[in-house]
Amino acid sequence: MTIAIKPTQSGEPLFYLADEHPHPEGWSTSLGFWIYLMSDCLIFAILFATYGVLSGNYAAGPAPKDLFDLSLVAVNTTMLLLSSITYGFAMLTMQQNKIGQTQLWLAITGLFGLAFIGIELTEFAHMIHEGATPQRSAFLSSFFTLVATHGLHVTFGLVWLVTLMTQVARFGLIEANRRRLMCLSMFWHFLDVVWIGVFTFVYLMGMLR
Amino acid sequence: MSPDLLKLIFGRLGIESLPLHEPIVVGTFVVVALGGIALLGGLTYFRLWGYLWREWFTTVDHKRIGIMYMILGIVMLLRGFADALMMRGQQVLAFGGSEGYLNAHHYDQVFTAHGVIMIFFVAMPLVTGLMNYVVPLQIGARDVSFPFLNNFSFWMTVGGAVLVMASLFIGEFARTGWLAYPPLSNIGYSPDVGVDYYIWALQVAGVGTTLSGINLICTIVKLRCPGMTMMRMPVFTWTSLCTNVLIVASFPVLTVVLALLSLDRYVGTNFFTNDFGGSPMMYVNLIWIWGHPEVYILVLPAFGIFSEVTSTFSGKRLFGYTSMVYATVVITILSYLVWLHHFFTMGSGASVNSFFGITSMIISIPTGAKMFNWLFTMYRGRIRYELPMMWTIAFMLTFVIGGMTGVLLAVPPADFVLHNSLFLIAHFHNVIIGGVVFGAFAGISYWFPKAFGYKLDPFWGKLSFWFWVSGFYLAFMPLYVLGLMGVTRRLRVFDDPSLQIWFIIAAIGAVLVLLGIMCMLMQFAVSFLKREQLKDVTGDPWDARTLEWATSSPPPDYNFAFTPVVHDNDAWWDMKKRGYQRPLTGFKPIHMPSSTGTGIILAGLATAMGFGLIWYIWWLAALSFIGLLAVGIGHTFNYHRDFDIPAEDVIRTEDARTKLLAGAK
Amino acid sequence: MNTETRAATADHHHDDHAHGSLSTYLLGFVLSVALTAVPFWLVMSGALGNKQVTALVITVFAIVQIVVHMIYFLHMSPKSENGWSMMALIFTIVMVVIAMSGSVWVMNHLNSNMMPIHQMTGTK
Repeated sequence: MTIAIKPTQSGEPLFYLADEHPHPEGWSTSLGFWIYLMSDCLIFAILFATYGVLSGNYAAGPAPKDLFDLSLVAVNTTMLLLSSITYGFAMLTMQQNKIGQTQLWLAITGLFGLAFIGIELTEFAHMIHEGATPQRSAFLSSFFTLVATHGLHVTFGLVWLVTLMTQVARFGLIEANRRRLMCLSMFWHFLDVVWIGVFTFVYLMGMLR
Repeated sequence: MSPDLLKLIFGRLGIESLPLHEPIVVGTFVVVALGGIALLGGLTYFRLWGYLWREWFTTVDHKRIGIMYMILGIVMLLRGFADALMMRGQQVLAFGGSEGYLNAHHYDQVFTAHGVIMIFFVAMPLVTGLMNYVVPLQIGARDVSFPFLNNFSFWMTVGGAVLVMASLFIGEFARTGWLAYPPLSNIGYSPDVGVDYYIWALQVAGVGTTLSGINLICTIVKLRCPGMTMMRMPVFTWTSLCTNVLIVASFPVLTVVLALLSLDRYVGTNFFTNDFGGSPMMYVNLIWIWGHPEVYILVLPAFGIFSEVTSTFSGKRLFGYTSMVYATVVITILSYLVWLHHFFTMGSGASVNSFFGITSMIISIPTGAKMFNWLFTMYRGRIRYELPMMWTIAFMLTFVIGGMTGVLLAVPPADFVLHNSLFLIAHFHNVIIGGVVFGAFAGISYWFPKAFGYKLDPFWGKLSFWFWVSGFYLAFMPLYVLGLMGVTRRLRVFDDPSLQIWFIIAAIGAVLVLLGIMCMLMQFAVSFLKREQLKDVTGDPWDARTLEWATSSPPPDYNFAFTPVVHDNDAWWDMKKRGYQRPLTGFKPIHMPSSTGTGIILAGLATAMGFGLIWYIWWLAALSFIGLLAVGIGHTFNYHRDFDIPAEDVIRTEDARTKLLAGAK
Repeated sequence: MNTETRAATADHHHDDHAHGSLSTYLLGFVLSVALTAVPFWLVMSGALGNKQVTALVITVFAIVQIVVHMIYFLHMSPKSENGWSMMALIFTIVMVVIAMSGSVWVMNHLNSNMMPIHQMTGTK
């Protein structure tokens, strides 16, 4: 990129750009969104820390072994992993400017996300039905809060996904929409990373207690 | 109407929620209401609403948002200081069997509100306002990275402030102390709305603070003008960067802690309860993981201001720029490693306490390095004792005292004696007033001519300075004494009559500070009236060194007609030294973001949601939440958020400045 | 145009974030499936016998899987955003480690020094 410069006098330093090109739209967006994700990361870190400190306090109530169903968690994890790769496909087709396929992959991603939320809610409902409510013990308070915060993020991601699909349908794969899909992609994969922490430290480690 | 229906509509808000039985509050309300009516009437009479809405409320211009933050901070300072005066008055009177004039219920709200307001709604807005105003100018940018977000962040901060202020007249505020420790803040011990006001005010404002942190980091990283490498950034920009990094790294912690506390209160979970395995101490642990970085969030920008002021008014390049930068970065990291020193007495044992004691003491090293850098900058400089420099020198003296008492408190065995005593109160007022408040005042008097085009009146400024500084020492030195004698914080009545004299001295100090504040308001008024006399047309009234002084005062909407190119740390000094000629031709259209009312609408909805949640008015909370989603999503359908300032407008503005400059010669 | 100006404006070109290709996405997917499946299998079958060893192993798997996701799905590279993304990530990881390990350390020492309330009331 060249910048046309009106030389002041030979040898004198240049103190301003006579002909500037403004930063392209969205110049800061991906960094800004990344920093937002980092702050979100700290939210989860504190929830993990709380879980780490309180997870042994069953208050004579149920322990992880009495509650967790690892096969269900495995199915749930699969849903999230599949949604990650399908979102990847959406991004790839977006780069090839294939609107229809992009929308299709986004829709599939959304369905996997919905399935994830559905399974999680079923699990919660089952636990609450058995009396393992968030109020029952500090362990359960921190468990429900950590897992549900992740679930709320996924739900929010789904709302965002639908919004973006509407916008892509209406305005096409314009630059702004590509950038937004890119941000949602980071968000979605970030939630996947958080889920790795959840299934490892909450579910798997819980069963080892 | 049936009670059920009333409850559905108003939640737990009823006529008895209004503090009609508290004469002090009713009196305050009458004064505030009359003032408010006069203000609103005046705005309507002079037809200023349209102007305010178009030019200020909906603006995305970082300069105007910065000024609005400063106004918010100063207005809230009056409220927070009124609380301080009430406490001083109470503690002077409540001796020899006297109960003073505040009952416990009221007094506890006063000290809680004082702390919350001073930190969140005075210090934070002042600091954020200065960063907002100055940073883009210092790095040669046209605005921040996300101008709409900036407007939204500001209004969220206002939303939080509105909730705190509302608690004065509708219901009550928390009676828990400024950090609302459980179990006292749990629903069992604080069943009324006070703690809920606290939670939602901080949550609403916290969102704004976090977003503005992200925004300013991006601005500094992505929008620096050509030539401005990281190690050529002005020190204020550096400290702002570190502060905003700390904001992004610590405010999420506050968000989570308060969310968990609200779950305990609203849903009945057991995070911080005494039963069912909950751990109140976990709250203390978590909130200080936010709380300690918070004090550095406040003081780092002040350090930046002092650096700019010292080098400008000593007429010298800042001594040890590189060490200043590294000291700032080291403080940023270390501030995250010391949180336990706020609760040494909790009982984590010797190993934990010694680790955190040592890290706390280590922080004094980079801070000391900074102090020496300022001293060496002044050494053999031609120091001009203008107001900003006076605040800086007052800071250097005061902050060293505060820092040393801080090191005393960092020694765990000493802390066991001094914990929660007035010694601690004296210490943190010593560093916050001596550091942050003096810093903000130095910043205000330094950059005021940049923002408004005329200097502040020095007479009233100096009067205010001397009242503030002498008042501060009179008000807080006695507290060190009292603390060493074993007086604890937040006491309402006293038995030992020999203590009274110290409280009287402290109260006299507080009155002097009051005079300082009044002189400062007077200074603004007088300066406005004498603005023609105090006018500065050069844009560089202090013969300063950094880029913000290269443009006119006040700067045009677009900040710089041409993006500057930087060759030196002291960019503007370098330009002046090498005979920089201001460009007079070749102006082009400038691309700028457009104003939008979405930010204020979203923040209004968030505040309404907070109000609904505080009073259990569920329909209001739900409706506002849906509104937030709808307006937020609706806003993303607007793809046209920029416009071009036509070249003719730029030419007109720049020609006007050329004429002014010619006239000044 | 002098060199320093050029250096500072050289990064002004657009779209510098990395994109994956089909093969990297698939590779990432296969890796993460494996890295998920093995820990689940280890815990569900109890193949390692020792609980502490199992915990250690699944922790390592989790860390590796997080790295895999970072590289193949989030396209992290030391170059993206001139290194600022990586810098932000490293800083955040440091903060996360301090906050989590610090809290656990502080609270564990507290619990061993002061008898925790839930043990005192005998609810455990």
